[in-house]
Order: sequence, then structure tokens, then C-alpha cells
Amino acid sequence: MGNESMISLSGMVMTPVLAAGLPLAAINWHSVLFLLFASLASIFAVGVVLADNVVRMALYLVFSLAATAGLFFLAGAEFIGAMQLMIYVGGTLVLLVFGVMLTAQAPFVSIKPSAADRALAGLAGSSLLVVLLAAAVSVDSWQRPGLSEVTAPTATPLGMALLGMRVDGPAAGAAAGAVANGYLLPFEIVSIHLLVVLVGAAYLARAKRRRTPRPIDAAASAVSVVEGITRVELPAALPPRSGSASALVSGGSK
Amino acid sequence: MNIVSLSAGCCLFATGPLTEPVGVVHYLIVGAILFTAGVVCMALKRNALGVLMGIELVLNGANLNFVAFSSPYLRGAGSATLGLDGQVIALFVILLAAAEAAVALAITLNFYNNHSTVDIDRADDLKG
Repeated sequence: MGNESMISLSGMVMTPVLAAGLPLAAINWHSVLFLLFASLASIFAVGVVLADNVVRMALYLVFSLAATAGLFFLAGAEFIGAMQLMIYVGGTLVLLVFGVMLTAQAPFVSIKPSAADRALAGLAGSSLLVVLLAAAVSVDSWQRPGLSEVTAPTATPLGMALLGMRVDGPAAGAAAGAVANGYLLPFEIVSIHLLVVLVGAAYLARAKRRRTPRPIDAAASAVSVVEGITRVELPAALPPRSGSASALVSGGSK
Repeated sequence: MNIVSLSAGCCLFATGPLTEPVGVVHYLIVGAILFTAGVVCMALKRNALGVLMGIELVLNGANLNFVAFSSPYLRGAGSATLGLDGQVIALFVILLAAAEAAVALAITLNFYNNHSTVDIDRADDLKG
């Protein structure tokens, strides 16, 4: 008895959570980790909205999606969480960061929306949030606290379902020869889709000549043309051959 | 109408008894926040890449709901879950989001090559 009270007393001193009077053994660490990842995901998602610098937006998005992967792990979907980390954080966001780096010239790093747009977006966003939260808490069976048990790993059932066979749930007991209720056809469609996307993205982003030259480049090339003509043609004192060249020469000599 | 239950849910989420296991509603609240942030990001940002990031946030909010409803032990005892179907749908959403990001980024780079900007307010060539 005395030993237990000493342990709980030291726990109270050590951890701020225990200052509320919770014994250490009563804390559900699943809930604590959920609160940690949920607050990280939400705070960084709001940070993506509030940041004006596109590089910071990309960084906040990385943190938010990684925290979402933590939430997937906590929900028992460890394969989805791993895929979230590998595909989203490791692939999609690297792609986005490449896009940011390729287009982040000084005037475009932070394009600020107007104050009226901000106010309107805040109003619409908060009303949408209220509607979604009201819908989320309106069903009683969703409010029931869950169990805190570790479930079976899901990688094998997921792989078998993608191959067209179910080894989980009520569909597992289907007789052999019955219609497969797995996900073989969507799996094939997604694979073809990814191939088409690969070809399409390479076609869209191929290097090609600029359709309209940028004003700065056009001005720079005109200046170089004028300098070249004045340097070469004027000391030779030759009559210019074409009308545009004569205009350039006369403009440059003045 | 649901102000009382809404505030109750928010209190459950915020102060949340650390001794009780989390349920589906907690995941739904996080998913709602991610979804709203994504929608506002899509509507507000003038940078085309910011709009893409908003799309990613929206897809993640939806994914979070799918995973929460598929999780057998967030629903409590005796409740029906989506089972593995929710996780498979979440996996497909992740894959299609990757494909969408690749194509949208290619379009953005093409737009940047043609217009020398990523400001989507300048994309008004098709205006009648």
C-alpha cells in the first residue's frame, strides 16, 4: 500500500499530466499519442492555410501528412500508414517541393490574397467546419469509446484482397469457385492509370520552346542586338541592309 | 440545433479523458479540420502549388475518415465496421492522389513556361 502511494506520488511530481490526480496506470497511452498526432496534424494543416510563403506551406504540409500517418498507425492500419509515409511524404511531396523550387522566383514565393478574400474564406471555412463537426458528433454510435486492443496485422489481408481473395471478414468463408469479391479489377485499373499518368505527365512537362518570350528576355536580346550592330556595323561605316537594322543603328547611334 | 452535443464533442476532444480510449468521433473531428483547411487553402491561395497542397489536405481528411470507419477497435464492441474495404479505398485514394499530383504539377510547370508566373488569377486566356 505504502509503496503504491509512493509510486503515484513520484508520478505526480514527475509528469504534469499526473498533477490532475490521474494515477500512472490509468493513463491510456493510445489516447495520449492520438492527442499528440491529432494536434500536430491539425496545427500544421492550419499553418498551411495561414502561411503565405509557398516553401513554408510545403514544409507544414510534410509535417501534417506525417502526423496523419501516425494517426493511421494508431487506428490499426499500419500498412496504410506506411504507404502514406512512403508515397505521400516520400513521393508526392518531393514532387511538390520540386515544383516549388522550379517556380519559386522572387515575385512568386509569396502571392498574398487580398484582405476581403481572406475574410470571405475565413467565414466560409468556419461555417463549413461547424457543419462538419455537427455532423461528426451527431451519431451516437460514433461517440462510443473504442477498445484498446492491438488487432491483427493488415498487410497480408490487404495483399490477398488486392489479388482477388478475401481472408478477412464475412467474405472469407465464400466457397471456392464463387465470384471473387476482392479488388483485382480496381488494382489492374489503377496500374494502367498510373502508366497513363506517367506518359501524360512526361508529355505535358516536356521541354519545348517558349511560346511568348518574357519581357525581360526580349528587352535583353534587343539590347544585345543594338550593341552588336553598333559595335560591328558603325566602325565599318557600311549602309545597313534592312529597315529594322537601320532603325536599330540610328537609335543606337543617337 | 446540435450546439450542446457539438460542445460536448469538442470538450471530449480537447480535455478528453486521457484514461478513455479514443473513438471514431475523434478521428472524424481531425478529418473535418483537415478537410476544412484544404478547402480554404484551395479557395484562398493564388499560387497554383498552394491549390495543389489544398487538394492533398482534402484527400487526407477523407482518408482519415475511411481509416477510422474501417478500424475494428475504434468502433467499440459490437459495432459494424467497414473492415478492410475502408483501408483498400484509402490505399487507392493515396495512389490516385500521387497520380493527380504528377499531372497537376506537369500542367503547372507548362503554365509557368507559357506565362512566366504561377498566379492562377493570370490564367484567364479562355475568358470569353
